[in-house]
Order: sequence, then structure tokens, then C-alpha cells
Amino acid sequence: MQWETVIGLEIHAQLATKSKIFSGASTAFGAEPNTQACAVDLGLPGTLPVLNEQAVRFAVKFGLAIGAHIAPYSVFARKNYFYPDLPKGYQTSQFDKPIVGLGQIDIEVDGEVKTIGVTRAHLEEDAGKSLHEDYQGMTGVDLNRAGTPLLEIVSEPDMRSSAEAVAFVKKLHTLVQYLGICDGNMQEGSFRCDVNVSVRPIGQEEFGTRAEIKNLNSFRFIEKAIAHEVERQIDVIESGGRVVQETRLYDANKDETRSMRSKEEANDYRYFPCPDLLPVEITAELLDEMRGDLPELPEAKKLRFQAQYKLSDYDADVLTTQRVMADYYEDAVNFSDGEAKLVANWVMGELSAGLNQHGLDISASPVGAERLGALVKRIADQTISGKIAKQVFEFLWASESTADEVIEREGLMQISDSGELEKIIDQLMADNPAQVEQFRGGKSKVLGFFVGSIMKQTQGKANPQEVNKLLQEKLKE
Amino acid sequence: MSIQSEDVLKIAHLARLGIQQEQVELYASDLSNIMNLVEQMNQVDTSDIEPMAHPLDQSQRLRSDVVTEVNQRETLQQNAPDIEDGLFLVPRVID
Amino acid sequence: MYNKSLQELSSSLQDKEISSVELSQYFLNRIKHFDGELNSVITSNEEAALVAAAEADKRIQSGDSGLLTGIPLLHKDIFCTQGLRTSCGSKMLDNFVAPYTATAVTKLEQAGAVMLGKTNMDEFAMGSSNETSFYGGVKNPWDLNTVPGGSSGGSAAAVAARLAPIASGTDTGGSIRQPAAFCGITGIKPTYGRVSRYGMIAFASSLDQAGTFAKSAEDAAMMLQAMSGFDEKDSTSVNKPVDDLLANLGDSIKGLTVGLPKEFFTDDLDSGIRETIETAIDTIKSAGAHIKEISLPNINLSVPAYYVVAPAECSANLSRFDGVRFGYRCDSPKDLEDLYKRSRDEGFGDEVKRRIMMGAYVLSAGYYDAYYKKAQQVRRLIKNDFVEAFKGVDIIASPTAPSVAFSAGEKKDDPVSMYLSDIFTIGVNLAGLPGMSVPCGFVDNKPVGLQLIGNYFEESRLLNVAHQYQQLTDWHLAVPAGYEQEV
Repeated sequence: MQWETVIGLEIHAQLATKSKIFSGASTAFGAEPNTQACAVDLGLPGTLPVLNEQAVRFAVKFGLAIGAHIAPYSVFARKNYFYPDLPKGYQTSQFDKPIVGLGQIDIEVDGEVKTIGVTRAHLEEDAGKSLHEDYQGMTGVDLNRAGTPLLEIVSEPDMRSSAEAVAFVKKLHTLVQYLGICDGNMQEGSFRCDVNVSVRPIGQEEFGTRAEIKNLNSFRFIEKAIAHEVERQIDVIESGGRVVQETRLYDANKDETRSMRSKEEANDYRYFPCPDLLPVEITAELLDEMRGDLPELPEAKKLRFQAQYKLSDYDADVLTTQRVMADYYEDAVNFSDGEAKLVANWVMGELSAGLNQHGLDISASPVGAERLGALVKRIADQTISGKIAKQVFEFLWASESTADEVIEREGLMQISDSGELEKIIDQLMADNPAQVEQFRGGKSKVLGFFVGSIMKQTQGKANPQEVNKLLQEKLKE
Repeated sequence: MSIQSEDVLKIAHLARLGIQQEQVELYASDLSNIMNLVEQMNQVDTSDIEPMAHPLDQSQRLRSDVVTEVNQRETLQQNAPDIEDGLFLVPRVID
Repeated sequence: MYNKSLQELSSSLQDKEISSVELSQYFLNRIKHFDGELNSVITSNEEAALVAAAEADKRIQSGDSGLLTGIPLLHKDIFCTQGLRTSCGSKMLDNFVAPYTATAVTKLEQAGAVMLGKTNMDEFAMGSSNETSFYGGVKNPWDLNTVPGGSSGGSAAAVAARLAPIASGTDTGGSIRQPAAFCGITGIKPTYGRVSRYGMIAFASSLDQAGTFAKSAEDAAMMLQAMSGFDEKDSTSVNKPVDDLLANLGDSIKGLTVGLPKEFFTDDLDSGIRETIETAIDTIKSAGAHIKEISLPNINLSVPAYYVVAPAECSANLSRFDGVRFGYRCDSPKDLEDLYKRSRDEGFGDEVKRRIMMGAYVLSAGYYDAYYKKAQQVRRLIKNDFVEAFKGVDIIASPTAPSVAFSAGEKKDDPVSMYLSDIFTIGVNLAGLPGMSVPCGFVDNKPVGLQLIGNYFEESRLLNVAHQYQQLTDWHLAVPAGYEQEV
């Protein structure tokens, strides 16, 4: 039998607010346990929630970016269950009236564009963390993360392969960072993904029973977890069994998913509207303001880069995947006086290689856009050659100096002065009469010997075009 | 509406209340009596009525995104039954 | 001294006839002398109170004082008070000391009032007789065999016995008005959202509202004035200026229209209560008010709707009491589930558990629409009835409770009959309206309360009517036998 995979995704994006969704405690990552859990976050008796304005604005921003319906009134509900990392015994979350309604996102896989529906996106609070190191056989609970704002983004079951799922997640990952609403840090858990997977015989209309794989925190794991799960489900069905609706956990070490039976007991969350919070109203004014506030989105930026900078589809794609990279690129182009193609080569080549090698993000690049742009400018105006520029770049990486300072200090200025070059060429021809004869006898390859010798003698500083021109003239005499 | 012992056990578990076995029957009968009172609501047709969650028709006020809380861990944990290294301790949780 | 009005006490303080320290000590002595049998105060704040009183005296000396500066009071033990235990009448919080103070308490503190202690209450404010308290029941000073009402029974009994001039309370379904009626004092619950709920331990968040107990409407107004106002820490707090509640007390009520809901004056109404209320209405009429029969067609569904909404909210509100971060934890739990289940079973009393289960039930899968949603719809009908009624009347009057104080133990084991003792008060909470109870006579030597219900944010009018009534009557000045003595 031929099987078709059906995938839907739920993504939890921690919103990049300074304070929590319902309290004034900090959301900064990595603090000492429970030092950022205030009375409200701990659910102490008598404390009450007040909603963070920025969290609301971020959610609206996201909704606008995917062309979704923004609910004029959305409602927070209580999702009731007991767990040590859930201080109040309920999670405050939006249920039947989410802030962001139906929207959509286009993905591209193997050159084909496909539209994936986004069912909804809603605001909720994150839970704390249980630490399972041994405290005399006990579990420790850290509630610093409790109350961090989350935007839960739920897709339609529109994806049919792990490649599509990964493309969708990557697209969202890029988008939330573009919008500046989430830092996208998957290692720190700022961007987490649950995958719903089912299989059905090709041609069958009805969905198969799905399994939910929780908390996948890298693109690679998403791909592998889906691949494994699909295989498992097909095995189960083909050996006469039935897929059970359940929550599964992906074990990256063993590359397999396993059932989380502990979470499977009859969940009855008893959702009801939170009486401590009132309906969230999104006014037309706020919508207008947020629309005006929307940055250029990845798709649009890519098209503009292709048009404005004459970049290839591939280059424009690479340069716009991260908003910081795109901003860096544009800044560098400005400082280079418009050397768009050359800057693109440098950003994607030398700079990216250096960043990769040092494990740095472009936002932490030792060479800023201004200094890179100024370097490219010197290549373009032939002050230095591309080869020398790589040396200069090394200096830029290791110091605060500008390209001009380095060129001056290290004497790397290109020799374009024909008088000086002529002298070198004359001497060279005098020293190597045999090669001169060979050239004149038709062996044009010997030209390489002369160019190489001159470059060697000038430590690469000779202007190659000029050298070529002069050599051609003199050898033909 | 009559609430049976199984219902009592089910909701007691949902609410994490370890009620005593000998009280189950009593709860079942008390809750059944209360449900009979509650059922009186069915005297009125409410099909076109918008449910009302709050007495006042107001919308949520929003707070500026400012960190106003400082670390008060020591004070806030003074009522905690069991803590170590700043963590609240509970019997081991198995995921 | 004990029967003096706040105005009189305040003048005595301003005129230095007495100091706040002396006044506080006077009431602390009354508490020590009388409360052994009443059990209305569960935590004394004596030491800190005397320090605060001395501070108040300094303020009075320096001329930086208001009406409440130096006035002793009691707080229901549902309000968090930093440094002083807040138990909410529960074993669950028997050793809980909040690291913050409720906004309502802070406001009174800033006005210079002196907290003498915390009063007994039904556990987590769930009850109508004060018998569900972990600290034992409170006795009604008018008849020690009867209950003071609930859930704010401790505050009501204490003010009735003149153990403090004023006290705070909270009212979710009648928890200020019913005990005020049973104890022969004045109690007011303002419009929902008028007093901040921050630091007030939640029972049913959409119904809970703090208010005051006092001997008279005037005193109740003074205290309420200081407690009320917008609080940015409570999303349901209303950002609207507070009226001057004292300004209109003296206004004539001539021409005012008082509505009497016919649903509250049926043949089922106790004849003694009916006569007493009718007499009170006559008095109001004699002051020039018009009396008009009105109808609240759905009001008889308020108790059924309430016993869905309140338990549903409470079942979630009380989930935080899980033995992890604060509060009672059972001995040596064998696993996490055991920790939750035993801590909550041992830490909560029967009525609280009953309501938590009731709430979990009506919200559980398959029942939400039939019960919770239905109750919310009925709630709107009830509110609409009131809104409609207020188009034709200025205030609504009725009995506060269907009976006078009942005997301790009488309804303890019959939750439904206990619930029905709030039949006249619950609708007001569902609608979020202000309501109060004013003493208006006696049946079988036990006090009867007249309930007055106002339109949204019209506390001032409510208090005006009550005050005018108290100018014509002296029921509010009656002191239970035995408590008139000076100690």
C-alpha cells in the first residue's frame, strides 16, 4: 500500500518582552532558580494578573504578518491541571476566542510553492521547569520561566512531508525574528515545536489517527522525528495494529519516539473564561498603528534585494533568511557606496566563514557593516586587490582598525603607477630573455610566468589589470 | 441529576482531593442534592442569551512592559514547605 | 465609648480627649474580655496595633490626619497582611504569612486606621453561618446559641459586640449583608470593581467584593470611602473616581422611588420578617419616598446559577493550594499524587471540598454547556432584570435574609438549605450591584436586616437612604445584652 503522511504543527514562540505576561518580573534567560518568580508568578493567594501590553502587540503583529483575522475581542481562559511547574493549578491561555484567527504562510519545497493554513495563534503563559537532579530523591521546581509570554501558533494539517514541515517551521522561525517578537533561540527553548503526525492510504479522504510528538527543539530533530514516526505508524498498521492517539517524546540519542504514558491519563482541562482577566479589545486604531509598524517581511525583502541589488534568487534568499543579516548587508552596501554584488560575495563568503569558524552570530560579528563596506569600497576603487583584501579582512577581524588604516599601516596599497611597474617589467625582461623569446615565438602561456613573478616581487600589490596591459605592450615590442 | 460514587471519585481525582472512602457516598448524595437545585435553571430558555462572565462590560486594561519586580526569593519562599538551593522540592516527577 | 460614632471618636482624637493608643487599648481590652466566648477574632495584632496607634497619635499631633486616623478596626482574615498570619479560616493556611498586604488594607493603613486583629470567617469564605472555619464557629452576640451568619461572621459579631467600631468583610453571595442582618449591624458591599481585590484571597473572582461593617450607614460610608478606588494591580478594578460618600448622607429622600420585588415578598416569606420589613418600608415612605412593586422575573434562579458559577471559579482558584510553594503539606508524601491529594484532603474542610468538586463537575467534559454556560446565560438574564428594574426605581428594598439567625448546627449538614439562606442576596452579586443591610427590628429578639440594592456605582444614594432611615430609627444603636458593660 502507498501511504500519505499528514502533518500539523503547534509552535510555541516565547515573546521577546522584558517582563512576564501577567506580572512585572523579568523574563531574562538563565537567572538563578526562582529569582525571577514574583508573588504573581508563584500564584501566591490574593495575587492577580494584569496583561502585558507588549505581548498583545506582538501577537497582533504576527497576525497581521500572516494576513490573519485579528479578533476584536479575545478571551483568556483557565486550563486546569495539576503539575509542579504550573503554580496556580491552571494555565492562563486563550481557548475558544484566540487573538489571531485564520491566516496563511507560503512555503517552498523543491521549487514548488505551497500555502499552509495557520488555524490560529493565541497568547498564553509558559510553565516553570522541573529539575530532575537528585535532591534526596526529590524533584526541584524552578519557576523563573513561569509566566513568560508564549504565542502558540497552530497550523492546519496541510503538510504532507517532513520537508514541508521543516520548511514551514523555518519560515515561521524567520518570520518571528523579522517581526522582532521572538529571539528564535531554539537551544534556550524560545522557539519550540510539537508535531502532529498521521498516515493514511493515498487517496483516502479521512485522516488517520495522529500522534503528537512534543518539544522538538531543532530543525533536524523535527525532520528525523517525523521520519521515524511515519515509519513506526506504517509498521503498526501494516502488521495489523492500530495507531493510538497519544503524546510521544522524541529521543534524539536513540533516534526514536516513545510514548509518554504518564501524560496520557484522561485529560479533562475544564477550560472556562478566567474571571481575573477581562476580554482583550483590539481597537481599529491599534490595528492601524500596528500595520504601520510592520517591518518589511522576508518575502518582500527578498524580491526587493533581487530587484534593487541585482542579486540572484539564491543570494537574496541567503541574505534575507535572518533579518540581522539582511540589515547588515544593506548597511554594508551603503558604506561601500553601492557595491551590492561584491558586498554580497563578502558577506556570504569571507564573513560567514569567519562567523561559522568562531561559532558567532552575525549580530556579534567582530567586523561591523561599516568596516566591511569600507573594505569593499577599496576593492572596487582598485586601491587593493581582492586577494590583498583578504589580508586586510584578517586585520579588521582582529582589531578595531578601519580598512584604510590597515592598508596605510601595512603598505598594502595596490601599485597601479605605470612608471613603477614598467621599471619592474623592464628589469624582469632583461633578466629572462629566454622567456621573452618564447612569448614572442607564440607561447602565450609564458605570460603567466611574468605576471606571477611581478606579483611575487610586489607581494601581490601590483594591479593585475595594469600589469597585464603593460606586459602585453612591452613583450610585443 | 444524580451523582454516583464513580462520578465523585472521578472529579475528586481531577481536583486532586484524596477523599476518604467512607465519605464518597455522602459526597454523592450532597452533590446530587445541589445538582437538583442547579437543575432549576432549566426552567428558563436561554438559547439566545450571550453568556456573561463578568458583571461589568469592560475590556482588559494593559500594563506597560516594564520590569517592576526585584528578586525576593528569600521572602517569597518563607512559606514554602520544602526548599533546597532556591528550588521548591516535590516528590520525584517522572516524565 | 463603644457606641460612639466614628465622627465622635475622630473628634475625641483630634481634640486629644483620648489618644489612639488609649482607644486601641480600650477595644483590645473588650476583645480580651468578650471574645473568649464569641470567637470572632482569630489573630490578635496587639503589639503592632499599639505601635501603629502611637504613629497615628503623632500624625494627629502634627495635624496630618484624616477621619480614620487613629481609629481601631478589624480585618476579615481573607485580606493578606504582611507580617501577620492570613489563614482564610483554613487549616491550609494556618501558618501562612503573606509577603504583601491587600490593597484595601493598605488604603486603610494609609488613612491611619489601626488594625487590632483578624476576624474569623467561613473557610475560604464558603459558608453562611461561619461554621466551616478551621478555628471553630463564631457565636452571635444576640444569642450565643445562634450563628452570626457568614462568611464574614467574625467581623459582624465583633462589630455587634462593639469589639471594634468598624471591620472589613467580603461578600460573594451575601457574606457581608447576611451576617450584618443576623448581628443587627450595618454592612455594605459596593459595586463589583469598586474595591481592589488584590491581596484578598479569591473565592469566586467574578463575584467577590470587599466592603465594610459598622454600627451605622455613616460609619460604613467613612470606611468604604477609604477602602475604595482604582488599583492597577487588579484587572477588574474600575478606573472611575469614587464619589464623596459622605456628601449626600443628609439629603432628603423625598420623591425617591423604592422598588419592592414581588418575587421577594411571596407567601413563603416568614411572617415576622415580612412585618418587620413592611414597617421599615413604611418608615422610608414616611420620609417622602415612593414605593413601587417591581418584578425581577428570573431572580428565583439566582441561587441555582450561583452554585454553578461560584464553585466553578473556586475550583480553579483553590488549585494553587497544592502543598508545593506555601500552605499545608501532608506528612511524608509517597509520590506527587499523594502529596496533592492528601495535602488538599487534610488541609481543606468538607464544605470547601464539596464546592471544589461541584466546580470541577460542572466544568468537566460534557457538562460545560449544560451547567456552566447555562449559568452564565441565566446570570445575564438576572442582570438584565435589575437593569430593567432600575429604569423605574432609584433603589430596591427587600429582606436581607429569609430568616433571623438560625441555631448553630441547624443547617450544617444540609448544604442546600444553607445555600438558600442567601436567596435574597445572591442575585446582587451575580449582577455586580451594590447592596447593603440595615438593622430594622427584631423577630424573637433576634435582629432583622433590611436589604437595600442600588444601581451600579450608586453607593452614595444607597448610603443616603440608609442614613436617612437611621435618622428615623434607632435599631442600629441597639447593643446585645451583656455587651453594654464597660470593661
